[in-house]
Amino acid sequence: MKARWAAVAAAGLLQPGSFPKWQVLVEIPRIEVAEYHRPYIALWLEKPEGAFVANLAIWYDMRQKKGQGEDGAAWLKDLRAWWRRIGRELSMPVDGVSGPTRAPGRHTITVTPGALPPGDYVLVAEASRELGGREVLRAPLRWDGRRVDGGRAQGKMELGIVEISSEKEK
Amino acid sequence: MIRCLPKVTLVSVAFQCFFISPLFAHRMWILPSSTVLSGNEAWVTFDAAVSNTLFVFEHRPLRLDGLAIVGPGGKRLAPQNAHTGQFRSSFDLRLETAGTYRISLVSSNVTASWKENGEAKRWRGAPEQMASNVPNQAQDLQVWRMSSRVETYVTLGKPTRDALAPAGSGLEILPETHPNDLAAGEEAAFVLLIDGRPAAGVELNVVEGGGRHIQRPFEQKHQSGVDGRVRVTFPSAGFYWLQAVAGGGVSGQNGVRATCVLVVEVLPQ
Repeated sequence: MKARWAAVAAAGLLQPGSFPKWQVLVEIPRIEVAEYHRPYIALWLEKPEGAFVANLAIWYDMRQKKGQGEDGAAWLKDLRAWWRRIGRELSMPVDGVSGPTRAPGRHTITVTPGALPPGDYVLVAEASRELGGREVLRAPLRWDGRRVDGGRAQGKMELGIVEISSEKEK
Repeated sequence: MIRCLPKVTLVSVAFQCFFISPLFAHRMWILPSSTVLSGNEAWVTFDAAVSNTLFVFEHRPLRLDGLAIVGPGGKRLAPQNAHTGQFRSSFDLRLETAGTYRISLVSSNVTASWKENGEAKRWRGAPEQMASNVPNQAQDLQVWRMSSRVETYVTLGKPTRDALAPAGSGLEILPETHPNDLAAGEEAAFVLLIDGRPAAGVELNVVEGGGRHIQRPFEQKHQSGVDGRVRVTFPSAGFYWLQAVAGGGVSGQNGVRATCVLVVEVLPQ
């Protein structure tokens, strides 16, 4: 049920019109290093007590080649918090959630929370970069079924701003 | 176990070593290159050695006789590229199926001493060969039985539990909390078993690796409860060495000694 909600929500497949939408902003900082690789990033929603609710995005090297280190999925375990919470349960890629890695800059994805019950949640963002570091951000938020309150965090190394905002569908 | 001794032929020294455990400082271990893996398939390489400092090759290799690998579904697997060098043995394992793999080095042996026409005799070997080498009704017959089990676990994808079934012989440190789901600051439970039954009142030593470069590695002793259970909270991420020794005896008498070592990796939160 939850997984279905995740797929539907992340893909934004629900009919626009009556449903509110979330804009999720993720900032990938530009890091000046000799050898830069785009980070793997996972965005998901938890309950405040830690229960998993839904995946919003998983950006990783989706190329599938034979051999150790060639298959991009081999490094998904480096998103350690996500891997332990839900990643290892999934069969990748996940439609509507998986996507290729993204370049430094600000990225926005649209999520349709649809049938997500009102309540308190935590937006979790995790980034892990080859030859770099790993960072996990937690942004508590309250969802009243129409508007989202909170859901903002500022990273220090591998992530910049991560923020959810709601907008009523025009 | 055998490799801990200066020379296998020095049996009398061996006897003393076995039963004076504080002097038995060398530590046996198998160290995996990774414990938590993702993707469709993966390779893991393992080092097996005996050393004082964890996990540094500084003393002896651990022989690979008695290497048993059980994969998901209870499937037995063979290692590849096995090699024994001066300080360590190593081997590779290809993980082709998602799930948990148990890697064990198991050995057992018997040492017997007796008198024959006034002459002291000694024999050491595999338990099943004792009958053909040691007279049944020998004078002053004394028998020491030793077993050891050195283990680690690795998981590709989702952890499974079928490789975690008790082997049912000797001493085992059986993970209750999945051994590839350990995180810094969290409590994990293990059950100590002797011949498949809960082993109460047995001490479990927990030692953090990295002793060459940190002043005082974390070290803790736990006593198993009546149900054989031990709860350990790992303070920080890293590889840990868990060891339990059961049985014992006094030099000059019959005795049993069972050792089990489990190496686990604790990951950051």
